[in-house]
Amino acid sequence: MASNLVHITRRGFGETMRRDGWWVQSLLTFLGFSAFIVYSTWAAFQGAHYSFGPYLSPMYSPLIWEASGQTLTEHAWLGSWPSWLPAFLRMTPAMLILWAPGGFRFTCYYYRGAYYKAFWADPPGCAVGEPRHSYWGERKFPLIMQNIHRYFLYIALLFIVILSYDAFEGVWFIGPDGHKHFGVGVGTLVLIINVILLGSYTLGCHSLRHLIGGARDVLSGRPVQKKAYDCVSGLNRRHMMFAWFSLFWVGFTDFYIRMCSMGIFTDYRIF
Amino acid sequence: MATAIFSVRRGGREGGEMVDYQTQVTEGMVVLDAVHQIQAETAPDLACRWNCKAGKCGSCSAEINGKPQLMCMTRLDTIDVTQPVTIEPMRAFPPVKDLISDVSWNYEVKKRIKKFKPRPPDAEDGTWRMQQEDIDRVQEFRKCIECFLCQDVCHVLRDHVKHEEFIGPRFLVYTAALEMHPLDTENRTEELKDAFGIGYCNITKCCTKVCPEHITITDNAIIPLKERVVDEHYDPLKKLVKLFRKK
Repeated sequence: MASNLVHITRRGFGETMRRDGWWVQSLLTFLGFSAFIVYSTWAAFQGAHYSFGPYLSPMYSPLIWEASGQTLTEHAWLGSWPSWLPAFLRMTPAMLILWAPGGFRFTCYYYRGAYYKAFWADPPGCAVGEPRHSYWGERKFPLIMQNIHRYFLYIALLFIVILSYDAFEGVWFIGPDGHKHFGVGVGTLVLIINVILLGSYTLGCHSLRHLIGGARDVLSGRPVQKKAYDCVSGLNRRHMMFAWFSLFWVGFTDFYIRMCSMGIFTDYRIF
Repeated sequence: MATAIFSVRRGGREGGEMVDYQTQVTEGMVVLDAVHQIQAETAPDLACRWNCKAGKCGSCSAEINGKPQLMCMTRLDTIDVTQPVTIEPMRAFPPVKDLISDVSWNYEVKKRIKKFKPRPPDAEDGTWRMQQEDIDRVQEFRKCIECFLCQDVCHVLRDHVKHEEFIGPRFLVYTAALEMHPLDTENRTEELKDAFGIGYCNITKCCTKVCPEHITITDNAIIPLKERVVDEHYDPLKKLVKLFRKK
């Protein structure tokens, strides 16, 4: 069966007869992911300016402990940074939680396809020659670990609940009387858009689509499950779009809150 | 009327070269028309496979300017004819002559997939009852015309020549059509994981991009199958639940 296949001539790295800009998409993906990785790593190491009034940066939420040396705010779940955590580790609250959304995105089916192309040139573009002859795909270690995706999904769903609560908290401003008053600032809208985009991305996950109904061949007679499957499928069709929008908006939300906290931006109150 | 140059792969099973042919192109022409015109005018021995000229038989698959496409569905006004237009056979399969490649490997692969095994009939007359909403998902896969463009563009076959270990997107779609069929009782996940090599797919979606029937191959067929494999082989919680259920 395969004896007649030895004549297939392989093309070298980047070799193709394509004349269109096949490299543009991979390049944009590379630049987009790189920019986010650089910014989020920098932000995670800061350990400061991650909250402003009722706003909490999604890169620091849930805020388990307030960062070392920071004034205790109501965002912290367990109070001040614990003294038993060794100082030489230079840990920040973001480092305690970012592995979860990071892992969810790293193992995401959309992102996998995108970064295999953009970072690993496997392939660099459709019908374009590759740099390596060896290939294991996702059959062996380490990429077989991508199958853990559904476990990251469970955690990501929990994060959506937490971020929704953060967005809800973002409408309660402490007034001059020391009491909380309802209000909407630009930051509130930023937080609400953030949770909508993240929710749309997370709820359009391929693993969720499978778990919520895709695993079944027959969904008739299960109207609720069928409806849920259809909703997830609808979001799944725009998974790439929400993956990018939510990625950008998480970074922007952190940036906005950071700028407000540093006094560079003014958070205008709408009412 | 404008003239255009078509650089066509000529040769047999070994080697081969790109030969330029000049021909006139008119409004509404597709690449297959140009190839036929070249055959009529200058190269009567130019071999190419074609049949319906309507994008439904899947015979005229080729690589036009490096992109896997059906020749009969690629209009000349969608490509730049001011430069020579390259036409090559599919590269994931061995060439036979000129634009024809040997796709017989695909037929061998299809034989390896467990056949449709329906549950016992629902009615006494030997018929079954299904709901349209349950069959919708499978009907998308039935649109496949077996042009093998998805197989051609798949880098696992094209660049890594894993024909022995990987069945390719076309047959993952075929397996999905069987696996997700509401009447089917067969389980193919073991083969998907091992013999069919679904783990080789790294979801780059090139197959989806080239499908002339616009089947959402990766999202609707391959990833759901990958998830079914995860269910049975890579999900410790599911395994634990199954273990307790058995007891």
